[in-house]
Amino acid sequence: MGETLIQKIMARASGKESVTPGEIVTCAVDLAMILDSGGPRKIWPRLEQLGVGVYDNEKVVVVADHFVPAADPQSAAILKLTRDFVKKFDIKHFYDMEGICHVLMAENGHLQPGMFCCGGDSHSTMGGAFGCYMAGFGAIEMSGVVVTGNIWSVVPETIKVDWSGTFGDGVAAKDIMLFLARELGMENAFKVVEYGGPTIREMSMMERMVLTNMAAELGAETGLIAPDEITLEAIRAGGTEPSEYALDWRSDDDATFCAEHSFDADTLAPQVAAPHKPSNSAPAEDYEKDQIHVDQAYIGACVGAKLTDLHMVASVLKGKQVKSGTRLMVAPSSKKIMTEAAADGTLATITEAGGMILPSGCGACAGLGAGIIADGEVCISSTNRNFQGRMGSNESLVYLGSPYTVAAAAVAGHIVDPRELLS
Amino acid sequence: MSAVTGKAWVFGDEINSDVMAPGIYFKESVEVMASHCLEAVDPDFASNVQPGDIVVAGRAFGVGSAREQAALSFAHMKVGAILAKSYARIFYRNMLNFGVPALVFPEADEISAKDEVTVDAIAGTVENKTTGKSYSVSPIPEHLMEMISMGGLMPYLKKKIDAGELKTGAMPK
Repeated sequence: MGETLIQKIMARASGKESVTPGEIVTCAVDLAMILDSGGPRKIWPRLEQLGVGVYDNEKVVVVADHFVPAADPQSAAILKLTRDFVKKFDIKHFYDMEGICHVLMAENGHLQPGMFCCGGDSHSTMGGAFGCYMAGFGAIEMSGVVVTGNIWSVVPETIKVDWSGTFGDGVAAKDIMLFLARELGMENAFKVVEYGGPTIREMSMMERMVLTNMAAELGAETGLIAPDEITLEAIRAGGTEPSEYALDWRSDDDATFCAEHSFDADTLAPQVAAPHKPSNSAPAEDYEKDQIHVDQAYIGACVGAKLTDLHMVASVLKGKQVKSGTRLMVAPSSKKIMTEAAADGTLATITEAGGMILPSGCGACAGLGAGIIADGEVCISSTNRNFQGRMGSNESLVYLGSPYTVAAAAVAGHIVDPRELLS
Repeated sequence: MSAVTGKAWVFGDEINSDVMAPGIYFKESVEVMASHCLEAVDPDFASNVQPGDIVVAGRAFGVGSAREQAALSFAHMKVGAILAKSYARIFYRNMLNFGVPALVFPEADEISAKDEVTVDAIAGTVENKTTGKSYSVSPIPEHLMEMISMGGLMPYLKKKIDAGELKTGAMPK
């Protein structure tokens, strides 16, 4: 009988010939990514308590992205501790204020099809776009990974989600995920979502990473996309040669899936998720009758401020101005993206329209950095979560949309279907 | 780990980890973090919960972020057990790693706030002393039983390392 991609990955990682869904396995971890927020400051005291070091200083990767740049004494102390940890344990891969971890793993050739990777952040699922297992774990569990290099897992069943057709103007991968959050719900724990179909095959890696990133919003163990030439090109662009058998990492044609869904991108409209959860979504045009005033439009986070996202923003803003009474903030996902967007004129388009550029980092998405919002304020955001209090006050409201939709709201001053501003 | 008895605190579906551990308090101590746990949905919880109390919830409890503070806050308050219809994956793992039993409990709707509830995670039994109803539940997964009964991942690792059963790197000088 055929095997799914996740079965093949977990069989290799656990040193078995084959594994079946529901089986409990212990997997060897090829990459353990820890961050300033839940990494060294939580893990170092535990290493001291146990009197041990890290299992492999090549495989433990450290990223400072949550509290950057330091805006208060506590953040500064956390970042210093993170840097001291890297020195003390001779960590070979450290990214200090280079951008958001999930994007950095992709940009720097860390991910290969078939790998088994753990990250100390729920959106670690983003790495699954490379055909590898990458999932999020809490700092307590990452402490165990950093010590032992192993982790237990229940081999997940796989939900197959296929997309065919072509996006219309003003529609993006983000709209797929806001639609899927509504269709599939947020309760798919211990299951993998594997995306496929012609629409996915046409997507760039940056777009594919939106789908695997927001597998977290479906509650899934992770999201996966089988590798193809586009994947291999992205690995090479990160300075790594793809492994010889990279393209073999795919689900067999006769693999068993616990559910299979097919959707059509031709008819997909821009989507907006209303407070307070990503699954609370509807077509953007449904919101127009309420003229929902937007205080802040935020382009940021791992999922929503990659170069492709900034290009979407610029395509809406070109020759227009951000509405008086609305503020637009843009925090590119990484330093590399910031540099590329500066070189190709995208940042100039944004600032000329009245947008403000913020540092690369997790920032306001998680209520941590510049751009948090006050009681009674409304924000529309290209980020991935809108739980109550997520971006600051418990009494604020966060709507989620694609970069097109967020930029369109910045121009209109209220939530609109972005296609109206693109025509 | 023996049976615990406490007062029930009841929450609904899809209670997320952002409301359990709001990001704006991330840099604070566990005490401060815990004092804001669930304040957006029940402002009385954090200040009135007692050691041994039982948290009862609906579907997808703990959905969202990987933040261990969501689970650590319940451990810090010495919550006796969690009974939810279903759990978000990372939160479930975090809870068990902190040594707090988290049991799948489909009958969560049959427990009301302030009911007196006894939970035996090893035996897999729940008793609502207020209504007099008893339930059997799936106990903690067997491969995790040793870790939970020792109080969580850290005591478990300590024992394994001290016994020479785990290979790991050395603490640098």
